[in-house]
Amino acid sequence: MNKAKIAVVIAAYNEETSIANVVKAIPRECLRGNPITVVVVDDGSSDATVKVAQKEDVMVLRHLINRGQGAALKTGFDYAVQNGFEVIVSFDADGQHKASEIERLVKAVIEKDLDVALGSRFLSTKAVNMPFSRKLVLKAGVLFTHILSRIKVTDTHNGFRAFRAGAFQKLNLVQDRMEHASEIIDQISKHRLRYQEVPVTIEYNDYSKVKGQRNSNALRIALVMILHKITK
Amino acid sequence: MISIQFSVFAAVFLLFAFSRVVLRFREGIISRREFLFWTFVWAAAALVVLYPGYSADLATRIGIGRGSDAVVYIAVILLFYLMFRIYVTIGALRREITQLVRVLAIDRAEDTSPGHHKKK
Repeated sequence: MNKAKIAVVIAAYNEETSIANVVKAIPRECLRGNPITVVVVDDGSSDATVKVAQKEDVMVLRHLINRGQGAALKTGFDYAVQNGFEVIVSFDADGQHKASEIERLVKAVIEKDLDVALGSRFLSTKAVNMPFSRKLVLKAGVLFTHILSRIKVTDTHNGFRAFRAGAFQKLNLVQDRMEHASEIIDQISKHRLRYQEVPVTIEYNDYSKVKGQRNSNALRIALVMILHKITK
Repeated sequence: MISIQFSVFAAVFLLFAFSRVVLRFREGIISRREFLFWTFVWAAAALVVLYPGYSADLATRIGIGRGSDAVVYIAVILLFYLMFRIYVTIGALRREITQLVRVLAIDRAEDTSPGHHKKK
């Protein structure tokens, strides 16, 4: 794959204070000349997220009403697929991910000919300041996913991933909210995509701890995934 | 035993409920299948109210002591089924809304990179 067009998709909901810095930190090319386009999907924010993002060098897509992080990411991914991007990276808006590691995921997809590279904070010690309770919940998520989706990954709810566009199109993603992370893993297993986990850093800063997931959400996610398996 | 007062109240309510079914069907809001389903539900309820003996008969046949118990059991089962249907329908509606929101977002994508300050 020569000079692959790369899209970095960021789902943003009320991120006016962090979005500009997050976007600015993202390089506009990687692996010697592969161009990167940043796609910000505003998920119906009530603050100035859109205005702040529009000042940056990005594509801005707007959900008229809030539909959840999973829905917003899929919107960005669909946009990227329709516009001929070949590798699509999902990236968090709250500054938890390191922009310098985008290249590592893209490189894995391109050079190892993968369908998807999944970021993992548990390969080597790459979770900075992670609360113990969060670690416990995430580990439980790994076990749950292993049982429900028959796939062994070390980090199921890591929003830092890179997809080959063609592979992403095979997935049928319908979960709008946080369940989408489990759903993606489930579908990777179902469609037997070639995947590999790549160590990434997740930095738990004060902002991301407030904006991020509550541990209590994990039970809801598990319940939704089970119900979805039963009723679909 | 069902008291006369309750029977009269129930009968009036059932007539009201059935009239709504007919109206919604005439307006084309519910399908023929839904019309038949709800007609059956209210007719069954009317039967139980007007002829309590039937429910007692049914109760003995399915091994439940009292007619009123059988009615409550069946009503609960029906309610659970309807709740499940509503749960599934709401899920489908949510997905449809998301699809609409998504199409609008992609159609109206704005490129703010240098040299692309107009809407696409």
